[in-house]
Amino acid sequence: MTAVTELIPPQPAPAAVKRKLGAARIAGIAVLAVWVLLAVALAGMVVSGWDQAKFLRYGPRYLHGLWVTISLVGLAVILGAILSLPIAFARMSKNRFLNGIAYAYVYVFRSTPLLAQLFLIYYGLGSFRPQLEAVGLWWFFREAWYCGLFSFVLNTAAYQAEILRGAIESVPRGQHEGAAALGISKYIAFRKIILPQALIVALRPYGNEIVLMMKGSAVVAIVTVYDLMGETRYAFSRTFDYQAYLWAAIFYLAIVEALRHVWAFLEARLTRHLKR
Amino acid sequence: MSGFFSALFGALDPLCGPIGLFSLFGSGTLVACGEAGWGDEIAFGVKVTISLALATLPVGLVIGFLIALAAQSEEKLLRLAAGIYTTIFRGLPELLTLFIVYYGLQILIQSVLSSLGYEGRIEINAFLAGMAALAVVFSSYSSEVLLSAFRAIPRGQYEAGDALGLRRWRTMRLVILPQLIRIALPGLTNLWLILLKDTSYVSVIGLADILRQTGIAARVSKEAFFFYVIACMLYLILAMISSFGLGFVERWAKRSGISR
Repeated sequence: MTAVTELIPPQPAPAAVKRKLGAARIAGIAVLAVWVLLAVALAGMVVSGWDQAKFLRYGPRYLHGLWVTISLVGLAVILGAILSLPIAFARMSKNRFLNGIAYAYVYVFRSTPLLAQLFLIYYGLGSFRPQLEAVGLWWFFREAWYCGLFSFVLNTAAYQAEILRGAIESVPRGQHEGAAALGISKYIAFRKIILPQALIVALRPYGNEIVLMMKGSAVVAIVTVYDLMGETRYAFSRTFDYQAYLWAAIFYLAIVEALRHVWAFLEARLTRHLKR
Repeated sequence: MSGFFSALFGALDPLCGPIGLFSLFGSGTLVACGEAGWGDEIAFGVKVTISLALATLPVGLVIGFLIALAAQSEEKLLRLAAGIYTTIFRGLPELLTLFIVYYGLQILIQSVLSSLGYEGRIEINAFLAGMAALAVVFSSYSSEVLLSAFRAIPRGQYEAGDALGLRRWRTMRLVILPQLIRIALPGLTNLWLILLKDTSYVSVIGLADILRQTGIAARVSKEAFFFYVIACMLYLILAMISSFGLGFVERWAKRSGISR
């Protein structure tokens, strides 16, 4: 039998392990230092190159450009959503002809650059002026803004159709069967049972698509629309001041970050019944 | 020897070679090769687009891999630095990134050189600027793909590597990377297709890619619709070829999973 005759006196807690200055830490500090240096350099550039006249001259133009960008993207996304409905349904239909057409549309618009599509519509259709004047559509294809909107709608409809199709097909078959067993008509079942579940799945891809559209909308600047990018190019071509691009970068980053946060909030709010 | 290779590539040129698309079907039309049409100019544009995308890919992948490593490191500062990088370059329009890199590099080099006492106008190469801008954008997207692939690999794989006495880097190379490629490949395929489309932006800073060459042809010949349709078709064909080729790569990467 062993007996403890002597208790160990209470010991102090072991000393905290000192964090080593490893390679990762050094690299982190170095990269952060580069970021800080860049931020300071940019801030210095803005402060030292501050020009009241330029600010007063180009500030309102930037705000106008911002409005053009936002309205263009907003309209394109909404009209694209409407156009994407028939495409998504055609893509899901059993009719091989309809399915083929929808597939070809989506494939073509998703695998060619937006810039090429825009040029095709603005410059390409512009060469059919007499024919377009004959059918009374020339007013539409004459304006760069309308052409930009048109090409954005066609482009985003292809992407949104795929998002919608994927979301609707992700709803399990049992939901259709359950609705049928309850004697609910197909239309009501789709509207009240399938669509709400599908839209929750589609929420995140829709947000990504809006952000991509916002970034992609900068290309209309090349066909002479004065959106945010267009005003930036205008300001740069007048002043040769590099700050023009920095201000545009700040605007775009702010829009995209705001969109991302709004979307994250929306998603958290709309899926709160799914959280356990 | 090099003459032989150039002759071989010339013979296999899919657009303007002896069995090329434009030389077979385009002779006598606007896309004829040589002096008569725009075929050879457009073929050159295709070459520029492909080489730009191919040159950007490895750079973007390596930077993206490093960013993904930084984003999952235990060091807070490194994670923060990586987060700033991806937030900025995923939030900026590609076109704006291109302008910022193109003019920014020019100003940077100019100011460095003028501080060294050289006063001359510097114009940086549009190809290099385009490559840098596209690599930056590609790397910030690919880092996200690689990061989620890293997260899909269980911890046990690292521990098994440690248990076998492999060094960190050997664990990474022999155990993690082969699995990482398999998981990340679908995402990277998507990014490659996006990269191929994004190369069209470099036409704006004057690089002679597909869109610029067809644009010049359209302006000179006044057949805008025809030439821009050709441009779209070429991008479509490139996308088809790459998804076909990447299908093979995907099957190759999955070959170990088939027998199981």
